[in-house]
Amino acid sequence: MTLVALFFYLFAAIMVASALMVISSRNPVHSVLFLILAFLNGAGLFMLAGAEFLALILVVVYVGAVLVLFLFVVMMLDVDFVAMRQGVMQYLPVGAAIGLVLLVELILVLGAYTLSPEIASQGVLPIPDPAAVTNTEALGNVLYTKYAFYFQICGLILLVAMIGAIVLTLRHTTRAKRQDVGAQVRRRPEDAVEVREVASGRGLQL
Amino acid sequence: MSELHLFPNLVPVLPEIILAVVAIILLIAGAFTDEEAVPTLNLLAIFAMIGAIVAVCTLSGGSSTFDGAFQFDNFARYLKVLVLIGGAVSIMMSMSYARFQSFSRFEYPVLILLSTVGMMLMISASDMIAVYLGLELQSLAIYIVVSINRDSVRSTEAGLKYFVLGALSSGMLLYGISLIYGFTGGTNFYSIAETISVDGAGLGVIFGLVFILAGVAFKISAVPFHMWTPDVYEGAPSPVTAFLAAAPKVAAMALLVRVVMEAFQPALIEWQQIIIFLSVMSMILGAFAAIGQSNIKRLMAYSSIGHIGYALIGLAAGTEQGVIGVVIYMTVYLVTTLGVFACIIAMRRTDEGMVEDIADLAGLAKTNPWMAAAFTALLFSLAGIPPLVGFFGKFYVFLAAVEADLIPLAIIGVLSSAVGCFYYLRIIKVMVFDEPKDRLEPMAGELRLVLAVSGGFSVLFFLVWTPILSAATAAAQSLF
Repeated sequence: MTLVALFFYLFAAIMVASALMVISSRNPVHSVLFLILAFLNGAGLFMLAGAEFLALILVVVYVGAVLVLFLFVVMMLDVDFVAMRQGVMQYLPVGAAIGLVLLVELILVLGAYTLSPEIASQGVLPIPDPAAVTNTEALGNVLYTKYAFYFQICGLILLVAMIGAIVLTLRHTTRAKRQDVGAQVRRRPEDAVEVREVASGRGLQL
Repeated sequence: MSELHLFPNLVPVLPEIILAVVAIILLIAGAFTDEEAVPTLNLLAIFAMIGAIVAVCTLSGGSSTFDGAFQFDNFARYLKVLVLIGGAVSIMMSMSYARFQSFSRFEYPVLILLSTVGMMLMISASDMIAVYLGLELQSLAIYIVVSINRDSVRSTEAGLKYFVLGALSSGMLLYGISLIYGFTGGTNFYSIAETISVDGAGLGVIFGLVFILAGVAFKISAVPFHMWTPDVYEGAPSPVTAFLAAAPKVAAMALLVRVVMEAFQPALIEWQQIIIFLSVMSMILGAFAAIGQSNIKRLMAYSSIGHIGYALIGLAAGTEQGVIGVVIYMTVYLVTTLGVFACIIAMRRTDEGMVEDIADLAGLAKTNPWMAAAFTALLFSLAGIPPLVGFFGKFYVFLAAVEADLIPLAIIGVLSSAVGCFYYLRIIKVMVFDEPKDRLEPMAGELRLVLAVSGGFSVLFFLVWTPILSAATAAAQSLF
């Protein structure tokens, strides 16, 4: 038990520290790398909570795909991050004040928090026994049956996102060289190759 | 539990399935055809909407499916018909717009269809997860159509603004939902209501409720969450603004009614004061901020903020009478708004292209008397002048407020609608009494049809009033 607590505080501390570094490091590439570190520690926390599927998904999807994409964007686009960061000190007091208010409010709310006995009994019921099924199996059991509706709407939302990305960014430029399979197949050797007699010592005028 | 039993009942979702399938077919068809096919695709989308209206009308009410996440009752039926009319009419109006402006994108009808699916899911949602997903599907499609005119700086700016603020509101909504889940142990509306009625509305529930209401208030653009509205209305292409002003407002209002009436019914005292605040602020800001506007689309944005305030009066009453008022108000609002936007889309000159200033309407009564007459009827109706339909919309919500002992709210409503009359009458004054400017181009056929139906409804509404009233009553009864 103490080992679990030890790892919890280790992961949590590294996560908070790297999250701070994400917004404070000067180099945007470092920011993205720190974000990866934060996600990896988040995955560790999920693992401690017994949610191994979520932990691995976090690593595979966020670290493996999303953040690598981020890294590409940061490296390839010429965004002036120094200019974007200007004015931080100017806004810091206001931001800190709002953060403080939110913190106080949250403490007030959570201070009044008590678990009612009915909820405790309700909460236990729908969760399958972790010893009986693995995470993946438990998710798979409900995702395509009980939550098929939500799953399908998520599919539609992703379709809309894809249409949007294409509508807003795809441009048919005349300069782009596109492959025309028909033209490639129609092409005969006599169109492309010409046999010329080369006189010795004269070279060839193209 | 047998496998057969696990398969959900898909009949109540039939209209949504029709629209989603047609949207995907149109998407594929659009990708393989060129620009000349776009009007055909638009027509097909309109037919799909009409098919969905038929399906919605014939389905039997009172059924719920997907473990209670989706509910099809009389309330859903009535509002889905409204939303589908809004969607179909805005596709129709975009067709005439596209003939003169560069707007022929086959993605437009597809996105409108998918957005309509999202709105219908919002109307039927009786689970917080379904609420969020429906809202997100609806909004995401709208963010895209707002900036579909991507070469115009104003259009892309409007899209970006709407996207950022919409994402913020989704975040607030999700935060509220997670708090509610944490404090009541459920996401289904009935289980939330049950827990609140047993345990009372604790601080955590109120906290979550406030965040959920703030998130939805963004979508209906109630003050103080209205900042995006004028800029987005002005920047978006006119047919998109027509869509944005009509259908999503109705859907978000329906969602709000269902959430507070079903999930938070036991916490009525708590949400009532929030709704009253939103209502009063929206009415006052809508009435006063519209006075200084010279762009007619910005003016309509403030006008819609004000109208949402009036509709919220009915909700604040929290009674069956109040819900009838909201439903009727949204019906009147939808039909009149579509008519007004038909006029706005018709504001086009041969040399200048689209014009959007109120001053451009000068002397319309002389140059195009029919359009001016219909426009005047619609504006009088929006202002709530008695013989027209807008008056009866306001009448029902004020009546509900008085019956629920919210007399100060009703008085503020009456006063601010008197202030609101000023800017509607100013447009009429410009049309009738000012010196005519150059003629506007004659209206396209589709726009004439929309304007005639809408203007006709605002004058001759008593011919269809009995069925509307009985349908609205049935809709409200299904929530109680």
